[in-house]
Amino acid sequence: MTSSPTALLDVRDLHVAFRTREGVAKAVNGVSYSVNAGETLAVLGESGSGKSVTAQAITGILDTPPGFISKGEILFKGTDLLRMSGGERRKVRGAQMAMIFQDALSALNPVLNVGDQLGEMFVVHRGMSHKDARAKAVELMDRVRIPAARERVGQYPHQFSGGMRQRIMIAMAIALEPELIIADEPTTALDVTVQAQVMELLAELRRELGMGLILITHDLGVVADVADKIAVMYAGRIVETAPVHEIYRSPAHPYTKGLLESIPRLDQKGRQLYAIKGLPPSLLRIPPGCAFHPRCPLARQVCRTDEPPLYEVGPGRRSACHFWKECLVERTDSSGA
Amino acid sequence: MPDPRRNISRSRGRPDEPPESVAPTGFGGAMDLAASEAETLERAPGPGRPRSLWSDAWRDLRRNPVFIVSALIILFLVAIAIWPKLIASGDPLACDITKSQDGAAPGHPFGFDTQGCDVYTRTVYGARASVTVGVCATAGAALLGSVLGGLAGFFGGWWDALLSRISDVFFGIPIILGGLVFLSVVTNTTVWPVIGFIVLLGWPQIGRIARGAVITAKQNDYVQAARALGASGPRILLRHIAPNAVAPVIVVATIALGSYIALEATLSFLGVGLRPPTVSWGIDISSASIQIRNAPHMLLWPAGALSVTVLAFIMLGEAVRDALDPRLR
Amino acid sequence: MSEPILQVRDLVKHFPLTQGILFKRQIGAVKAVDGVSFDLHKGETLGIVGESGCGKSTVARLLMNLERATSGQVLYKGQDITRLRGRALKAVRRNIQMVFQDPYTSLNPRMTVGDIVGEPFDIHPEVAPRGDRRRRVQELLDVVGLNPEYINRYPHQFSGGQRQRIGIARGLALRPEVIVADEPVSALDVSIQAQVINLMARLQDEFDLSYIFIAHDLSIVRHISDRVAVMYLGKFMELGDEDQIYEHSTHPYTQALLSAVPVPDPAGREQRKRIILHGDVPSPAAPPSGCVFRTRCWKAQERCAREVPLLAVPEAFRGTHGPAAHPSACLFAEELKG
Repeated sequence: MTSSPTALLDVRDLHVAFRTREGVAKAVNGVSYSVNAGETLAVLGESGSGKSVTAQAITGILDTPPGFISKGEILFKGTDLLRMSGGERRKVRGAQMAMIFQDALSALNPVLNVGDQLGEMFVVHRGMSHKDARAKAVELMDRVRIPAARERVGQYPHQFSGGMRQRIMIAMAIALEPELIIADEPTTALDVTVQAQVMELLAELRRELGMGLILITHDLGVVADVADKIAVMYAGRIVETAPVHEIYRSPAHPYTKGLLESIPRLDQKGRQLYAIKGLPPSLLRIPPGCAFHPRCPLARQVCRTDEPPLYEVGPGRRSACHFWKECLVERTDSSGA
Repeated sequence: MPDPRRNISRSRGRPDEPPESVAPTGFGGAMDLAASEAETLERAPGPGRPRSLWSDAWRDLRRNPVFIVSALIILFLVAIAIWPKLIASGDPLACDITKSQDGAAPGHPFGFDTQGCDVYTRTVYGARASVTVGVCATAGAALLGSVLGGLAGFFGGWWDALLSRISDVFFGIPIILGGLVFLSVVTNTTVWPVIGFIVLLGWPQIGRIARGAVITAKQNDYVQAARALGASGPRILLRHIAPNAVAPVIVVATIALGSYIALEATLSFLGVGLRPPTVSWGIDISSASIQIRNAPHMLLWPAGALSVTVLAFIMLGEAVRDALDPRLR
Repeated sequence: MSEPILQVRDLVKHFPLTQGILFKRQIGAVKAVDGVSFDLHKGETLGIVGESGCGKSTVARLLMNLERATSGQVLYKGQDITRLRGRALKAVRRNIQMVFQDPYTSLNPRMTVGDIVGEPFDIHPEVAPRGDRRRRVQELLDVVGLNPEYINRYPHQFSGGQRQRIGIARGLALRPEVIVADEPVSALDVSIQAQVINLMARLQDEFDLSYIFIAHDLSIVRHISDRVAVMYLGKFMELGDEDQIYEHSTHPYTQALLSAVPVPDPAGREQRKRIILHGDVPSPAAPPSGCVFRTRCWKAQERCAREVPLLAVPEAFRGTHGPAAHPSACLFAEELKG
């Protein structure tokens, strides 16, 4: 992906691997993407695609060992996070960069009330008194629209519903007005009606605060609703990046195309779904050449031997497919027919 | 109370569950069988004869050096417990007070104790009482504990409440005081009252573990699936719950074995356990421990034998536990 | 339409809330399922959708007799199966089987695939003679698209989608007529979901199965179901065929649910109108009086707190034959305009 010098976050050629009993699992293999202030990047992928590991490497919460970053740079406002000391990194984390997790219940401490957990951010990073921090906590809860914030500030996480807990997580993330938020499957554990509320809140806060947002998800519906641009990951690599409208209209990679066609749609009824054949590869044995070739309908000899680079497909669009032209053409045909 | 929400929230959490964050076996979930066909086929051959957990576990154990070493040690211990004369020609009760606390001498590699008895002979003969107490008490406590605890966990309700309260009562008995009271009224000098006492106080600990393990296993969907197929209670318990609940019981039992042998020693030291002329490591350790400054060899040899025994059983327990978990193969 | 194979009448399941250690006393009840009725016809798929805690999984467990119903009936070919025990219950189980949602906990990790898929034959030995079982198991694996050579492997050697296939093979072993599938694909990745859904559709045609398909994902339910029931707080809110529910819903809850589903297409997303429901689902231990949805409903009036709306064709549409004339438990049922 093109990285402008002004990018808020610029990940360059990141490689992350894990040592396991059966060998080295290559979870992330040369991922590059960038996010500008005020922009929403959706990182789309299935389990094992490396999308969450990339996020963990960015925020510095990767478990090392067994994980290790073997190569790459993560530039946050021009400074490489990987070269920072632990202390410097901690200052960036929380204050300038925050993370929202999928499972809010396990991300919150069950024995502290939410007011204390929210207030802690201000005590630690801003050196506020506990009383002021408490007032700030109430303010934050209002901001994420938790009703009766003043009364509920003393309650414990289990006393909140799933959607409310996710709001508390969001409140914690925006507490110090960070410039970048990384949300890892923020609505996956929620019901659709609550999912809609939370996504709306997140999008609104992003606009208000002008933050960059990296949304990590497997849900093509959520992506279509909020993203500006998309990076699709498969087996630890980015296979396609594009502005959101174009990728849905005309995907330039057979994997993206397969994904789009394999989801049942609310506005369609039909018996047979398109299914991508086979299974994602084991990260211990990623196929040579293009990692997607064993499952790809377009695959030929060159795909088995040569790893495709990210070809420039259009302005801001790249695809890691040797035959991206065919892929584009085909989709236009079928939608035109 | 069955929580109707449990299933859904868990499932929603799944779509991107952590094959990404690599647990040692985490890749099992995302493993591509097609891609790893050759390799997996080698480990799990195709449809030859049908295999089961037990046959696979046995195959696995036979190739596990930890199992082989620990099994050999245990076999050796059992052999000398039954036939101490195999390796010791002397008489453990033939003592010569003039050699009190002497060091090693020809024919007496471990030296002499306070009474002038041969430490080597006594260590060999002591295996019988100690191994009997350790193995029988552990087997008894494990059996009683896992049956009662397992049933409590499986059936739940008032049966569980009753058994839990009973085991609480036993937990409440101080073990030394209980031993003094219980064993002093028994005049029998064999190992059996000691074993009986240890089983009586030991089963609640294992029972509690077994109960928890059964409750955990019971909540899995595969148990529901078996019920939905019409499986009977005993079948569910034996085929689905027991194999999945046995691991923690094995771990606790093998650790308990060591402490039971030590408990026998304590009781013997207090004069209510085994009594001379019975020979046991416990008795010898107790009497040697007060002489540790003058004659450390007296303590070293029986204590070393005890450690090796306990270690062997713990290793065996671990090997068996791992063999019963297909995920670790 | 053919004779219903399953008729559910006023099914109720209340889980008692108790207090005390040895002597428990009841202090209330969680009304997980509170009066559900429907028919299932031969070869048909009935989808049940709802959010977590709405009681849809409990319905599955009641149909399977894994929970004992508090009241109501489940008639399988005219016979009430909720009170059956022992041999009679075991016989009925041959005809109604279940596919579970979580492929990670629904297979015993300590049994080989052959043992898992062959277990139904151990329990019902009359179905397959002993010598024949291995072949039958391999056939089943083949039917669900797994290599029959995998018979000696353990579940952890398979991916989520493959495990779900094993679970389906186990459910098929006894050649049941009805399969209750509780969120069978919600734990799977998108590309694998499609494979499993297609498999289930193929098996339905091949074995003439009737499905109860329970899910939270409305798109998938639409895709596979002939008729759909929308559930909220233990009750059916609306019941109709796929077109009636998805194109002509008259219940506000269904309408809100449908509008909340993100559409995988960014075109026109700025113009899209959404009904955002406020608040959370009330506790099933203390559901609201009258209509259970009224606390989150934008149409709610004072009448809704007094009257319990019945699941029937609303008065406004009675006598009409349009697609809006289907059962909907709302006093102010109407189609969404625009």
